[in-house]
Amino acid sequence: MGDVAIRTDGLVRHFDKFVAVDHVDLAIERGEIYGFLGPNGAGKSTTVRVLCTLLAPTAGTATVAGFDVSSRPGDVRLRIGVALQEAALDAKQTGRELLRLQGLLYGLPKRAMDRRVDELGELIDLTDALDRPIATYSGGMKRRLDLVAALVHNPEILFLDEPTTGLDPASRTSVWAEVRRLNTELGMTIFLTTQYLEEADELCGRVGIINQGRIVAEGTPDDLKRSIGADIIIARVDGDAGPLRAIVEGLSGVQGVEAHGNELVIATGDGPATISPVAVALSGSNVTVRTLTLRTPTLDDVFLELTGTHIERQTTSKDTER
Amino acid sequence: MSTSDVIAPNPAADILRARPAGFLRDVSAIAGRALRAVPRDLEAVTPPIFIALFFFLVNIATLSKLTRAGGAGFVYKAFEMPTAILLGVTGISRAPALVLDVQDGYLDRLLMTPIRRLAILLGHMIADVTVAMALTVPILAVGFLIGVRFKTGVLGVLAFILLAALWSLAFSGFGYAIALKTGNPAAVNSTFLLFFPFLFLTTSYVPRAQLSGWLDTVAGFNPVTYLLEGLRSLVSRGWAWTQLGQAVLAIAVLGTLSMSLCFAALRGRTRRG
Repeated sequence: MGDVAIRTDGLVRHFDKFVAVDHVDLAIERGEIYGFLGPNGAGKSTTVRVLCTLLAPTAGTATVAGFDVSSRPGDVRLRIGVALQEAALDAKQTGRELLRLQGLLYGLPKRAMDRRVDELGELIDLTDALDRPIATYSGGMKRRLDLVAALVHNPEILFLDEPTTGLDPASRTSVWAEVRRLNTELGMTIFLTTQYLEEADELCGRVGIINQGRIVAEGTPDDLKRSIGADIIIARVDGDAGPLRAIVEGLSGVQGVEAHGNELVIATGDGPATISPVAVALSGSNVTVRTLTLRTPTLDDVFLELTGTHIERQTTSKDTER
Repeated sequence: MSTSDVIAPNPAADILRARPAGFLRDVSAIAGRALRAVPRDLEAVTPPIFIALFFFLVNIATLSKLTRAGGAGFVYKAFEMPTAILLGVTGISRAPALVLDVQDGYLDRLLMTPIRRLAILLGHMIADVTVAMALTVPILAVGFLIGVRFKTGVLGVLAFILLAALWSLAFSGFGYAIALKTGNPAAVNSTFLLFFPFLFLTTSYVPRAQLSGWLDTVAGFNPVTYLLEGLRSLVSRGWAWTQLGQAVLAIAVLGTLSMSLCFAALRGRTRRG
């Protein structure tokens, strides 16, 4: 209990009649990188806004760094850093002015603050740009500045709401490296929301999968993937895959079969041994098989199994920074 | 949860430990930011000054002869200078910038720091008062150049600037109320509609005695009428405490109304429920 950085019990948040967060229970240890994975509209950002004291819970309780977000919001704010989904910057200030203002509001001594601003500028490779108006920054520079603005006061807990959405692969990798460094070198607890499976897989010690406001699964990425089998065979067919379930369900080595639209998802403990019988069985049906793929499970497979839909299909593709 | 459950800060945080900055530091930080933005946002302050100077000079040229009936010692350019000042400072505020903060999410960033909510508003307002005071300077300078003199001397000039700035602050409350309530720049811009009845249904151009019928009645209810009287008294009469008292009261009445709306809107915007 003493090492719990973030805890929610039956957390609920309504917007009028719409239930954005529906009885979410979390217990995140100090020093963890916890990923909150889900499609757009799943309730990730609302949960973050409640934990960051921007929204009050409709029901349930939430404590961050040991303080209740409803009754002790000021104490919570002193201990958290937040980078919300959209970079929250003032384009007319320079990077240095923005970081200094953050430092002032967190009561940092002037000399320490100036040192800190220089350090952070170096950290994100923006030293030369710190005295330019933020309006002149590229999208990636703004995102990096937004991230370090959350770090000025060296928070105990860092909330990152989709920190790499819209970033090019190189910027994404550099954000991941920084998140790892903050966690390993400073022991910072990091609560990260993402719609990218790879990001959750790469960074997070534990992942909570949220859909329609509810946590549908939680565990380490490996445990979650193992929960649906060692291997996955995907058959894409013309038309509805539903009738094919019965054909492959009885085959040796098949642990589970799900049909989703034109996809048949077959969980198996030994993919190489099972794929041939599956191919033979399907070829005997009167449905045309377009592709047959063998791979290890991903978090998307976990999401598919739990919700009946792919996380990536629910997520609107966004332009990456050029 | 007991105090023992509160997690300890990480080691690096000992060096840079966040703490409440204090109300005054919060206010000055926000005011400093708002003031730094003024020279980068000159389009917000240049047109009012231009309009004020334009009407000041044009009205003097147009109406000076017509208003000679004002009596011995009536100097129209002195009469008109307070109107020019109010044209310059009424509606000057950082409310449009606050709307941008709402839209860009920057207000959320501020709200997630330990800053007192009231300091966000007060910081902007202190910047507004400073800007309003600065804006009176070129208008006063032009007035002095064309021969306007204050019967109350330097202290009167300072009182004049202060009253104009306080009026600007009182009026700006409407802009902030709309900014915080709606988060919509178009709605904030619409506050200029309030500007017309306040600034024109009054003694802006001629003395009260020359207003006819309904306009005289309306002017009697318009706080700007009393503000103009107070400002004019500083220029033309000397320390006329009744007029000055009425001017302060007029600002206080309007300010109470606008600030009530403004702080209610702030509570609404920062309410987390």
